[in-house]
Amino acid sequence: MTQTTLPGRQWSPPNLIENPWIRWGLLIGGIIYLVLALLSVDVNPGRIARGMERGGQILVGFVQPDFFSRRDNIISGLIESLVMTVVATAIGVVISVPIGIGGARNLVPLPVYLVCRLVIALSRTFQEVIIAILFVVMLGFGPLAGVMTLVFGSVGFVSKLLAENIEEIDAAQVEAIRATGASWMQMLTYGVLPQVLPRLVGLSLYRFDINLRESAVIGIVGAGGIGATLNTSIQRYEYNTASAILLLIIALVMATELVSSAVRQRLQ
Amino acid sequence: MPVLEKGSEKVWQKRDRTQALLSWLGWLVGAAVVLFCWQIIADNTNWSFVADAPEQASHMIARGIPPNWGYLNTLWQPLWDTLNIATLGTLLGVAVAIPTAFLAARNTTPHPIVRYIALLVIVGSRSVNSLIWALLLVVVLGPGVLAGILAIGLRSIGFTGKLFYEAIEEIDPNPVEAVAATGASAAQVLSYGFWPQVMPSIFGVSVYRWDINIRESTVVGLVGAGGIGIQLQASINILRWSQVSMILLVVFLTVFVSEWISASVRRLLI
Repeated sequence: MTQTTLPGRQWSPPNLIENPWIRWGLLIGGIIYLVLALLSVDVNPGRIARGMERGGQILVGFVQPDFFSRRDNIISGLIESLVMTVVATAIGVVISVPIGIGGARNLVPLPVYLVCRLVIALSRTFQEVIIAILFVVMLGFGPLAGVMTLVFGSVGFVSKLLAENIEEIDAAQVEAIRATGASWMQMLTYGVLPQVLPRLVGLSLYRFDINLRESAVIGIVGAGGIGATLNTSIQRYEYNTASAILLLIIALVMATELVSSAVRQRLQ
Repeated sequence: MPVLEKGSEKVWQKRDRTQALLSWLGWLVGAAVVLFCWQIIADNTNWSFVADAPEQASHMIARGIPPNWGYLNTLWQPLWDTLNIATLGTLLGVAVAIPTAFLAARNTTPHPIVRYIALLVIVGSRSVNSLIWALLLVVVLGPGVLAGILAIGLRSIGFTGKLFYEAIEEIDPNPVEAVAATGASAAQVLSYGFWPQVMPSIFGVSVYRWDINIRESTVVGLVGAGGIGIQLQASINILRWSQVSMILLVVFLTVFVSEWISASVRRLLI
């Protein structure tokens, strides 16, 4: 068979967006935006040149982490972070269960659903750090503000995913329980809960991970934990200590992530 | 099924005796740990501050309502900066993450050692929060939008890279083999065998991360890395709650819109 390619015609891969007007419009709009955005980034070469020296110091500091000269501060900061995480995850999950159930359309009437979804949306919109600042203003510096922040964040996360899970459950089992004349609570404990419990445990562990990670950050605005120690060490130009703290945070986060993902895999 | 016999009556039970005891023991230990941790927190808390928290909160809310609408005019510039930090940061992160992901995926990596280095990059970037990146970068680059962009970008490498390489590992090998069988070069295999399969998830993940980054970029300003966080910090420091509530309103709307955009783009892609 001879090859019969028509002259001037070539195959080209199909485009992601069919309509050429929209395709080119998006592309040109994107380029205009990029140019405008890049132009509005002010770069101060003098400051960066001076900063490079400090960047060098940071790098040197990071290759030689110093775990010992501020050992007590680091240990108490890490313990505080862990303690905050444990308490906040526990309280957060306890609050999330009723809100998660209330956010599942197949179990509750519309008004309850809307209220619970509003709580979830509010908790998920704001970055933890903003919430932390507000709690620090209200409750003063210290771990309690951090715990409240993490509880606030956990509620949005866990109850949203729990609600989605409950909406996906097998309705037949619920109906079977209901057919025996069970009350609403009995329907919940014997029809719904067994189906979502493994997922709930998995979610709580996952949120524990996230809370630990966040607890390292909210300390920067005064809400307790290792973040406060880290911030102080950077302010004092003690980069060796800062690097030790960062390495410890990374190790701790990775360790909990390994444990929690192993447990979650066994649950599924 | 465990059944409890009460005289002549049989009562069905969910657990038998050992299971019930174990479950109670588990709850007991868990509660003890939480209470112990709570004790530590309570010791480190200044309860006199907590006692007047409701009063503080009501002050805060009373002074925050209504929001200072006139302040909105000074917020456009920081808002534009915030959007730029999120968008340019995401682009930067994705640009680094795509090659890293191809190096980290089991089916495309050139060598196991390269794979581990790429995985290390991904894990390292994921473990450090963007606010901590910003804290370090502000020291080096000075305060400004640039530090924010880099901080967001560095954090995004890990998140998007992880999801990218998982997507690459999950592809169907048949089209790749078919393209390779035609005698295509490595670059051609990549662009005609791999790319069409992973492109939707790369776009989807990037848009998803962009929407997370909008949220993150509202706070990098707190440590001086540009965006609306600088105004927030300043307003809180001088206790102008009507400005704070205006900023929070703007942040809420921005996040709401970006979430909507990201959700609709992802729905189109699937």
